[in-house]
Amino acid sequence: MNLKLRALTKSIWVFHVSAGSCNNCDIETLDCFTPRFDVERFGIQLIGSVRHADALLITGAMNKKSIPRMKKVYGQAPKPCFVIACGTCACSQHMFRDSYNVGEPLDKILPVDVYIPGCPPKPEAIIAGIVKLVDKVRKGK
Amino acid sequence: MKSLFSYLIFPGFLFSACVGLMAGWFDRKVSARLQWRIGPPWHQNFTDIIKLLGKEVIVPKGSQLTFLLSPYLGLIAAVLVATGLGRSIISPLASFSGDLIVVLYLLTIPAVALIIGASASRNPLASVGASREMKLVLGYELPFILSIIALIIKSKGVIQIGQVIIYQSIFGSNFFSLSGALAFLVIIFCMQAKLGLSPFEISEAEQEIMGGTLIEYSGLPLAVFKLTKAIMLYTLPLFVIILFFGRDLSSVFLIAKYLMLILIIVLIKNTNPRLRIDQALKFFWGPVTLSALIAVGLALLGR
Repeated sequence: MNLKLRALTKSIWVFHVSAGSCNNCDIETLDCFTPRFDVERFGIQLIGSVRHADALLITGAMNKKSIPRMKKVYGQAPKPCFVIACGTCACSQHMFRDSYNVGEPLDKILPVDVYIPGCPPKPEAIIAGIVKLVDKVRKGK
Repeated sequence: MKSLFSYLIFPGFLFSACVGLMAGWFDRKVSARLQWRIGPPWHQNFTDIIKLLGKEVIVPKGSQLTFLLSPYLGLIAAVLVATGLGRSIISPLASFSGDLIVVLYLLTIPAVALIIGASASRNPLASVGASREMKLVLGYELPFILSIIALIIKSKGVIQIGQVIIYQSIFGSNFFSLSGALAFLVIIFCMQAKLGLSPFEISEAEQEIMGGTLIEYSGLPLAVFKLTKAIMLYTLPLFVIILFFGRDLSSVFLIAKYLMLILIIVLIKNTNPRLRIDQALKFFWGPVTLSALIAVGLALLGR
């Protein structure tokens, strides 16, 4: 395993994108950075700009308005960039599946690396998902 | 050859970058402990830099060449200051007369580089950040230079860093006088603003303007900006130690003083919310400049 990949998995900067979620996943995501869970121990940081991102954490079912924006945001992130689908809405559109304003599911639009189910997922589940992502990257796709 | 060595390796780039990154880790660890967290491992900042070197560099459409060149401008200036200060500590009289003024100029250049880079990136939020940084520079430079003038008067008008050190080793540290203590108080605030830390991180406000001046940077240029910041975190406290606590600069005392100063910076950072830009300007041009002027007056009276 090369140095670049090792460094990447040791300092993942997460850009948090809400594609029309109900805010529960967002709150649980922020819980990961509180003293009880403290993911900064593993070098994970929330950052403000997409240009600094190593991972996009996407919450919410994608509606027709947010699909083009989501593609744009993914295009703006420097590669290699991972996509994390956080919450059942982002994974499989949950109860919005046949809704009139919901388009394609997330994994038809962006290459999703890890799915974190749950409504909302507990912070433990989010951390477990990120551990799976790190394992996957280290073993090389 | 020897000057190249000292620029690139020992008191210069490599050494100051390592110390600065470790100081950055100290900052993050202490912040984490203050918030009852555990905090990152010691190699975290090195890992961040290595990771950024491996990322893609995105250049926004229509941005100028200055977008990619300005990070290096800041880095070169910061490394030059680090080299000069390091050499002055090792052999105080090797430098030329007036290097204090050169250092004062060079310390402004990283902020100027940030402004140039942000303006070249054609991003509205970056231009907001650049304008804030510009106003902040105008705000803190006046009291910063005034308090250093107070020190120059205090040490009988020498403008060479080595001679300031020698003066203090004979007559005692500048801090232990009325004007020195006041000037130190002023310089603590200016240092906070120069480092872009919390009450004055107005130009970079992550929650508000999404990274501000650094918003369009990714990969290598971002890593260079982070390195510049780390080197400034090494250089500025060292500069302040030389000016105010220059009596005993043997290595143990130097490290202890440096850690104390970083601790003060981190505590200020963690206990103060971010100010608005107008509040910061009022703060710097009001009470802080006034105290600096009083310090100059006291120094003229010989206190």
